[in-house]
Amino acid sequence: MVNNVIPQETPASAPVPRKRGRAIVVTSGKGGVGKTTTTANIGAALAADGATVVLVDADVGLRNLDIVLGLEARVRHHVLDVLEGAATLDDALVTDKRVPSLRLLAAAQTREKDDVDTAAFTDLIGTLRDRFDFVLIDCPAGIEKGFTNAIAGADEAIIVCTPEVSAVRDADRVVGLLGDGRKVTLIVNRLRPALVRKGKMLSVDDVNDILHLPLLGVIADAPDVIVSTNRGEPVALDAASPIGEAYRAIARRITGASTAAPEIPREKTFFEKLFGSRS
Amino acid sequence: MFEFFNRLFGTKPSSATAKERLRLVLLSDHLSLAPDVVEALKNDLIEVISRYCEVDAANCDVTFERQDKAVAMLANIPILGMQRPKPPAPPPAAPPQAPPGLADEPAASPALATTTPSVPEQAPAPTAKVPGKPGGSNGRRRRRKNNGVQGAPRPQPT
Repeated sequence: MVNNVIPQETPASAPVPRKRGRAIVVTSGKGGVGKTTTTANIGAALAADGATVVLVDADVGLRNLDIVLGLEARVRHHVLDVLEGAATLDDALVTDKRVPSLRLLAAAQTREKDDVDTAAFTDLIGTLRDRFDFVLIDCPAGIEKGFTNAIAGADEAIIVCTPEVSAVRDADRVVGLLGDGRKVTLIVNRLRPALVRKGKMLSVDDVNDILHLPLLGVIADAPDVIVSTNRGEPVALDAASPIGEAYRAIARRITGASTAAPEIPREKTFFEKLFGSRS
Repeated sequence: MFEFFNRLFGTKPSSATAKERLRLVLLSDHLSLAPDVVEALKNDLIEVISRYCEVDAANCDVTFERQDKAVAMLANIPILGMQRPKPPAPPPAAPPQAPPGLADEPAASPALATTTPSVPEQAPAPTAKVPGKPGGSNGRRRRRKNNGVQGAPRPQPT
């Protein structure tokens, strides 16, 4: 369609051509609900499980996936460099040293979302699908051009929603915009079980009574996530963290390795509160 | 259930308030997003009412309004006159006005003419499905305030 220049060279470390991987967009409508953290952790969990994964930051102008993953110092080129032919795809892909089957394609920080051509970006996602098992696209907040670009090449979507009225309303809007052609699942993020028990926070059922989506997972609001983001180490790679385990369970549900219903986080016991915290 | 809690603790949990507010706002969000559904509903309403009354179809108006606890449907349907004859009355000179799209049978026997409204198959009714809204509040039941039309209009003995 558009004469975009996507280099088709054989990558040094990914010799398997023509995979037809799954392209999944992580989206929410509302900002600040944890899309980037969710993308990073699901990607890390999928890769740690043996899949080849590329994370694409579609939030052009507000690049963050690199810093959440701890890869910010190693980004040399970004997605617009690739689309405009200033760099090859292999030059732009950053390999995660902790999980070598995980790659990052960073967003441009000093450009605008309108600079990204939808057809070219869609083609790029198609190229990545030929080389990776999973292409996870971190969608920007909002429903404008950045959103349209991010969802264009994806045939599946994960909605990240916090138990707040604003997030649920925006999620509902985004589900409508995604249309009927995509498989859409839900992650309820930052649930606080103690508040739910006291009737001070919407429960997972409350949220999904409104959204009616297949539940992919529930992530509790816990310090683990904040601490891991501070360090640039995805909590999904922390074998001891219950939040990390929740992300790994989501990855197993995505691959189909597990069909068990997602676990709803429970309140911490007194003992866990006393000895469970980390710095 | 919540009323019981209310009486027990004095207040409703804020999560219940949140859920109720969301339900209402999404209902109106969806309605405002789908004017074709409102149009289909309006046409169906006119079709049903015109079986009993002569309706000014050109000046009908159906809107939705947030009232304090619910979304109310406001239908403004001007009625030009009652048209349905009582069963023992002689067949009317002119065939009763049928909703648009219905094929009147001109060769109907006078005995059948008194029961015109029991048309076998209606005109293709527009489906009330919102396109592209899989996760929405389609099919959610709404209780409406009973301040509008109360039940089916009875034929007046005049």
